[in-house]
Amino acid sequence: MTTQSDPPKQAFRLSQLIYDTRYRSLTIQTVAMILLAVGLFWLVNNTVQNLQALGKDFNFGFLGERAGYDINQRLVEYSSNSTHGRAALVGILNTLLVAFLGCILATVLGIIAGVLRLSNNWLVAKLMAVYVEGFRNVPLLLWIIAIFAVMTESMPQPREFRGETPTASMMLNDSVAVTNRGVYVPRIAFTNSLTGNEAVASRDGLTPVASGGIDWLLILVVLGASLFGIRAVRRWASAQQEATGIRPVTWYMQLGLLVVPTGIVLLILGATVVNPYLKGFNFTDGIHLRNSLIALWLALSLYTGAFIAEIVRGGILAINKGQTEASYALGLRPGRTMNLVILPQALRVIIPPLISQYLNLTKNSSLAIAVGYMDVRSTLGGITINQTGRELEGMLLLGGFYLVLSLAISTVMNIYNSSVKLKER
Amino acid sequence: MSGTHAHTVAYVRETMLPEQDPPLTEAGAIKWMRENLFSGWLNNILTILSIFVIYSVLSHIVPWFYNSIWNAGSLSECREIRDATIGSDASSACFAVISDRWQQLLFGFYASEAYWRPVLALVLFLVAMGPILFESVPRKLLWYTAASPFILFWLLWGGSIWGPIAVAAGFAVGWGAFVGVSLFAGTLLAVIAAILVPILYWMFLAGPIAGGLHSIIPIGITFIESDDFGGFMLSFIIGISGIILSLPLGILLALGRQSDMFIINKVSVAFIEVIRGVPLIVWLFTASLLLNYFLPPGTNFDLMLRVIIMVTLFSAAYIAEVVRGGLAALPKGQYEAADALGLDYWKSMRLIVLPQALKISIPGIVNTFIGLFKDTTLVVFIGLLDPIGLSGAIRASTDWNGIYWELFVFIGLLFFVCCFSMGQYSIFLERKLRREHR
Repeated sequence: MTTQSDPPKQAFRLSQLIYDTRYRSLTIQTVAMILLAVGLFWLVNNTVQNLQALGKDFNFGFLGERAGYDINQRLVEYSSNSTHGRAALVGILNTLLVAFLGCILATVLGIIAGVLRLSNNWLVAKLMAVYVEGFRNVPLLLWIIAIFAVMTESMPQPREFRGETPTASMMLNDSVAVTNRGVYVPRIAFTNSLTGNEAVASRDGLTPVASGGIDWLLILVVLGASLFGIRAVRRWASAQQEATGIRPVTWYMQLGLLVVPTGIVLLILGATVVNPYLKGFNFTDGIHLRNSLIALWLALSLYTGAFIAEIVRGGILAINKGQTEASYALGLRPGRTMNLVILPQALRVIIPPLISQYLNLTKNSSLAIAVGYMDVRSTLGGITINQTGRELEGMLLLGGFYLVLSLAISTVMNIYNSSVKLKER
Repeated sequence: MSGTHAHTVAYVRETMLPEQDPPLTEAGAIKWMRENLFSGWLNNILTILSIFVIYSVLSHIVPWFYNSIWNAGSLSECREIRDATIGSDASSACFAVISDRWQQLLFGFYASEAYWRPVLALVLFLVAMGPILFESVPRKLLWYTAASPFILFWLLWGGSIWGPIAVAAGFAVGWGAFVGVSLFAGTLLAVIAAILVPILYWMFLAGPIAGGLHSIIPIGITFIESDDFGGFMLSFIIGISGIILSLPLGILLALGRQSDMFIINKVSVAFIEVIRGVPLIVWLFTASLLLNYFLPPGTNFDLMLRVIIMVTLFSAAYIAEVVRGGLAALPKGQYEAADALGLDYWKSMRLIVLPQALKISIPGIVNTFIGLFKDTTLVVFIGLLDPIGLSGAIRASTDWNGIYWELFVFIGLLFFVCCFSMGQYSIFLERKLRREHR
């Protein structure tokens, strides 16, 4: 028989704060808290003193003042009479634009390069290895500047397209002009626009979205509805399969749903393709993609694509060969093996680092400063700060924007991650 | 022999045929090509496409390199030489810009009679890295490694030799305080003393001591301002200091993020997320524009030092995330076993958890280092002259106006060599430390 007795009660001694593990963590945290508070107070106090010494105050009123500078690349209406806040918005949209375009192209490049690097074709595999290592081991800034130099130095001038015997010519059936001032691509205009008149693009910048805004919105809505319909068809097919064991053939329904409604809307709106053409010393009409945008976009995509290629390669290699064999043994055909067995598992490995690459790309788009692309760092964090002298507020807003963007993307990542995570125990 | 068999039949061969060579298409280069280049219609197309790509790239680059000109004073002189020797429509690289300005690209505006100092510093640095990178190097060299930061600092910036010595002596002072206090008080007090005494020493004593010693025995080399630093030397200094300082800080942050203590945990998380959420270039602008707001009025310190601090904090946050991955990947049993052995927190981390966690995170850590080294090019935007900034400066001169590719190739190649060898070392380390599945 053993009798349990409580340990002898002792009066609390001061040394327990340090030597007793029950209290030690409290002590450490209290000390850390005090140090942190003192440090923060010191910083804030310094800032207040410095601001006083410089005769500045801390307010965000400058966002409502007239900006007074032009932005050549804009997605929404903006002029030099607009406010600094509006300029920041233009910058934010430009950042998001290049990040969005970059993520798409980088993914495509990365998947192609990653798969081809695993190809049993020796030459292709080596070529892709050169691409990946070349871009991964050289600073992104150098690539941005180099591609910008190609665009501005090696491309023909607009005047070389003119005359009886032009030294340069437009590509793709006279629709795309690559010049040293940027790339001109066709735009889509609506002859029966909902706005009542033909949508007119302003002379420069990426503005046709703004000009025919309602039309594009309508098309997007119709497209969304079509996609919803396609999902319904698929669900119906799956239900049929569950009930009867035979999956009805639905690809023509899906294709029809995708193409027909959108096509009808485009017809009603009278969508026409407007090619850029030479007028005076420059091309006009069409969409003008500036060199800065193109160089930044290509460099970001090629650079991030190299990293994505490695992620894709790693993801594919991570899937055990036994998985393929097991699904063959179950009688699945190669296509369904890929869709139902390999891809879901590979994606689990690929997606989290992929999204963190998207995050990197978005943050790297701040290198726009090297080519003069007007992103949020150049407008809010550049010209606005220089003009108003509000470094503290401007940098705070800029940092806040990037932080919110990053946190939003990583929240999405975490949600996705927990939804595809292996459910263990 | 088999002829004696009773049921031998005429049409059955009785002896082995001599071995034949494989058919021509199944041997040597042809077989290799059939297997690796032309094994199916898709592969045929891919091969032909790749050959076309390689040809179209090489057809531009090879003549350009082959015709390159290494001796000229300016771009126009380069073109004259090209016109005279090869012909005006030939493409030719003008690497004369490298042979003319390589010193600037490597050292910036560092005094040319002192070039031996950074070169010697690089050699000394490589020697100091020896015992850390490779096990076969004698362990005694670690003492030299510990001393090398002060030696390198003195070599690069110059000035009196007593300054670095007085600073280094702070560590001896700290050790002395630890030993002295632990004789008559507890370990905790000794640790506090070992932290406080050197800080007080550095703040109040180190300067006067160095000055006094210098006035008695003036030994020193010319002092060189940070503003004169540039080129690859600058990238190396920022990159290497950032790498060395950010690793311990990153590990501490990772441990903080894993900690059970609420405040420590939340502070680490906030620090890591805030740093990682904002691009480095914004942090660099913060360092150059805003740091003066946060420091006591009148303080003004070196832009290069600010950049090093920012770069260190930035990559420490990334390393913290990598190490956290390593810590999380470690089976829980390892932590529990360490506790069961009765090890305290720091001992269990130092002896059991971290060696394994760091081994897992080597690839990620090295990738962060490579990223940091590449990111040193961003300092050009706050006015430091890194190689890319210098390439702009060279292009702005009348002699070399309009020269792009030669400079880009040179800079890119140097970065490639550094980053690629770092990556290869990480692969080597991974193989060496691999314990399972041999």
